[in-house]
Amino acid sequence: MNQPLDNPSGQVVPAIRVRHVTKTFGGVTALDDVSFEVLPGEVHCLAGENGCGKSTIIKIITGVYQPDAGAEIEIFGQKLSAITPTISRKLGIDVIWQDLALFPLMSVAENIAFEGMLGNVPRIARHATLRKKAAEVLTRLGVDLDLEAPLHTLSVAERQIVAVGRALVGDARLVFMDEPTASLTQSETEKLLAIVAKLSSEGVAVVFVSHRLAEVLKISSRVTVLRDGRLVGVYDTDGMTQSHLTELMTGHTFDSVVAAQDRSKAPVVLQVKNLTREGEFNNIDLTVRQGEVVGITGLIGAGRTELGHALFGMTKPGSGEIILNGAPVRFRSNRDAINSGVAYVSEDRLTLGLVQPQSIADNIVLPVLDSILDRFGLISSSKKDKTVRSWIDDLAVKIGEPTDPVTTLSGGNQQRIVLAKWLATKPKLLILDAPTVGVDVGARAGIFEIVRKLADQGLAILMISDEIPEAYFNSDRVIHMAGGEFIGEYDPRSTTISEIEGAVFA
Amino acid sequence: MRNFFRNNPTEAILLVVLAIVCVGLSIGTDQFLTLVNLANLLNASAINIIFAVGLVVVLIAGGIDISFAVAASVVQYVTVYALGYIGGGNWFWGFMIAGSLGIGLGLINAFLIHYFRIISIVVTIATFNAFFGLLMFITSGRYLYNLPDWWTTRIILVEHQTTSGQWAELTAPVAVMLIASFATWFLIRFTTTGRQLYAFGDNPEGARRVGINIAAMQAIAFGWAGMMAGIAGLMQVNFVQEVVPNALIGRELDVLAAVVLGGARLGGGRGSVIGCILGVMLIAIIQNGLNLLGISPFAFKMIVGAFILAAISLSNMSFSSLSFARKGRV
Ligand SMILES: Nc1ncnc2c1ncn2[C@@H]1O[C@H](COP(=O)(O)OP(=O)(O)OP(=O)(O)O)[C@@H](O)[C@H]1O
Ligand SMILES: [Mg+2]
Repeated sequence: MNQPLDNPSGQVVPAIRVRHVTKTFGGVTALDDVSFEVLPGEVHCLAGENGCGKSTIIKIITGVYQPDAGAEIEIFGQKLSAITPTISRKLGIDVIWQDLALFPLMSVAENIAFEGMLGNVPRIARHATLRKKAAEVLTRLGVDLDLEAPLHTLSVAERQIVAVGRALVGDARLVFMDEPTASLTQSETEKLLAIVAKLSSEGVAVVFVSHRLAEVLKISSRVTVLRDGRLVGVYDTDGMTQSHLTELMTGHTFDSVVAAQDRSKAPVVLQVKNLTREGEFNNIDLTVRQGEVVGITGLIGAGRTELGHALFGMTKPGSGEIILNGAPVRFRSNRDAINSGVAYVSEDRLTLGLVQPQSIADNIVLPVLDSILDRFGLISSSKKDKTVRSWIDDLAVKIGEPTDPVTTLSGGNQQRIVLAKWLATKPKLLILDAPTVGVDVGARAGIFEIVRKLADQGLAILMISDEIPEAYFNSDRVIHMAGGEFIGEYDPRSTTISEIEGAVFA
Repeated sequence: MRNFFRNNPTEAILLVVLAIVCVGLSIGTDQFLTLVNLANLLNASAINIIFAVGLVVVLIAGGIDISFAVAASVVQYVTVYALGYIGGGNWFWGFMIAGSLGIGLGLINAFLIHYFRIISIVVTIATFNAFFGLLMFITSGRYLYNLPDWWTTRIILVEHQTTSGQWAELTAPVAVMLIASFATWFLIRFTTTGRQLYAFGDNPEGARRVGINIAAMQAIAFGWAGMMAGIAGLMQVNFVQEVVPNALIGRELDVLAAVVLGGARLGGGRGSVIGCILGVMLIAIIQNGLNLLGISPFAFKMIVGAFILAAISLSNMSFSSLSFARKGRV
């Protein structure tokens, strides 16, 4: 069935045609002789595991990185010897960056319509025009945001929408979208996919990157698969299945099976009684036992992350009780929570999870500095290396050297470092908030394998997830949260996935 | 107004604090609320405000400059000789020469920062030492009194005789300060270049990816700071009527303190002209008030330090608490 296509473009001038692109960073080869072609008006997906080079090829085509010698780049029929971000923009290329690359202190309006401020020759800044443009884009996206609010006051999902808006503001002929749906809700995702379809019908080419394969197959007509920086092939998505695509990306197959077990006899680790925080969640009763994985699902805005923050001592609940290992606790800060054996992997790894400029190794050992001291109370580099190595191997993180800054990692690998960082604290209760946002299929399976293993070792795990299948297959119990309350509980062994989906999207 | 308070929390707090201090001093002392005292305060603060509006542009762009005050001294000396060379000159030549020399020194900083990828604090500490060392070496610390008349003559813009017979006067530096403030305000608020400077300071990598010219940003920020430093140096000579090589050394920290107090963020992306003015004025007024109240000048530095700590922790607190407060709006 899906054979690589030989000469798909025929006579049409491709929007992009790059050939023999190689890019090395020090010792790491991010791309190895890759060719890539996008036709005008086409929705083209770039698929591959974390670290296979998807973001890197986008950065090369937009002039953020320069390729190694030998690359041929042609954009809208124009051969280019060197590209800069300005040139690529002039040629009609816009990007939604995986790390958003927005301006946190500037207003929503300026972030969306910043292109109105570009150019080397100073002009009068037309704030009114800019606001109008931003408002138009938001209307087109069907979302309502305060245009004057500084970006840093927005939630992760809202920031993602701003990044989408920025790419739509100009008259782009080609838009790269690097994991634009990673932190969007179901309804926002659908709106975005509708916009992608519309852009494509208007002749705008869209290159779409996502680890949600269902999405990939739904919207794109062709998919380019990369593995370890090498081109696997270009395929038609007609007739392509998720499992075949997974196989192309990873080289092997994965099956989803319900992992739920009965843990009702195990000792209770976390008990929450009547927990309420005004405006966020109400009357939460929750028990998590040793070895149990409890999934909390629901739509964004249901109060799940807020509950996670309260359990981790980042906010103080108004009323109710948190009992950890039989003793009531009252955390004054997340330090307290960490000391009591709670770990929290945040949904927003880029701002809360990692110290960006620091090295991979330093990030991993940050919460456990006490445990790697030598007998003089200094950091022991051999203990540090051992801790770092063991987690990197366990989680199969693709890195250059442990001393490289975390910023050099691909998005999905950064997420694994966050996980490693918290697992190194040897917690009793692990709270995972959207643990697989931006993580590829292979690694998802890897992460859930680890989650299971940790549970079997007696860890209690609370997993917040937007993706119902993820919660369904990997939790012992699935709780449905909406409007700040728990409104349903399911046992995956006696429920079907569509029952839960029906309830959540009702 | 609501937007002003929301987008400029530090400036807003500062305005309130300044008002309280002024009311307090008006009640606590007889002399504070007199035209003469207020006019003197303005005259004395004008130079620092000119420095401050230059520096704030660098801070907005995510840099820091330690060298500008010493650069102003260098500009003063070279301007004296250059004016001598063209036979005395006039205000026009004064501004041209001092302004361009300032820009030149600023561009040296920008060049070192951009091409050698060294952080600005390191570069400007180095140029601070280099400028000052060179100046002392070449001048052997000599004072210059023999200056063109036009330069040292006090120019009175407005004057008013109070009932007690004293004269309240506003002098030329105040007018230059107003023009410098207005120009900076216009640059950072109303031009595309100004918005690029904010964006660059806010997220340099993001700025690069949207196609902002990074070298230009450094050049504009440090060039502007240098130009303002040159002009401030020119006006400082008008104020004190002499050129002294170490007269301005130490100013950099006073001005930096005032600008940070005024809401500029070390690390970039935030800062305003109104904040600079409020910051400089608050420090000057506190000093003036302590003087009038007869309190030791040592207490002054302590109080300024406390104010800066309070201002920074307040503005940082609101920043981080805001970024944690993610409201789940659908
Ligand atoms: N600036 C850099 N310095 C060093 N290595 C880098 C740099 N940027 C990327 N890499 C490496 O290049 C490889 C490809 O990274 P890239 O970000 O393109 O992956 P990706 O396919 O986008 O992955 P993800 O799905 O996780 O986002 C990774 O191994 C990464 O560590
Ligand atoms: Mg990526």
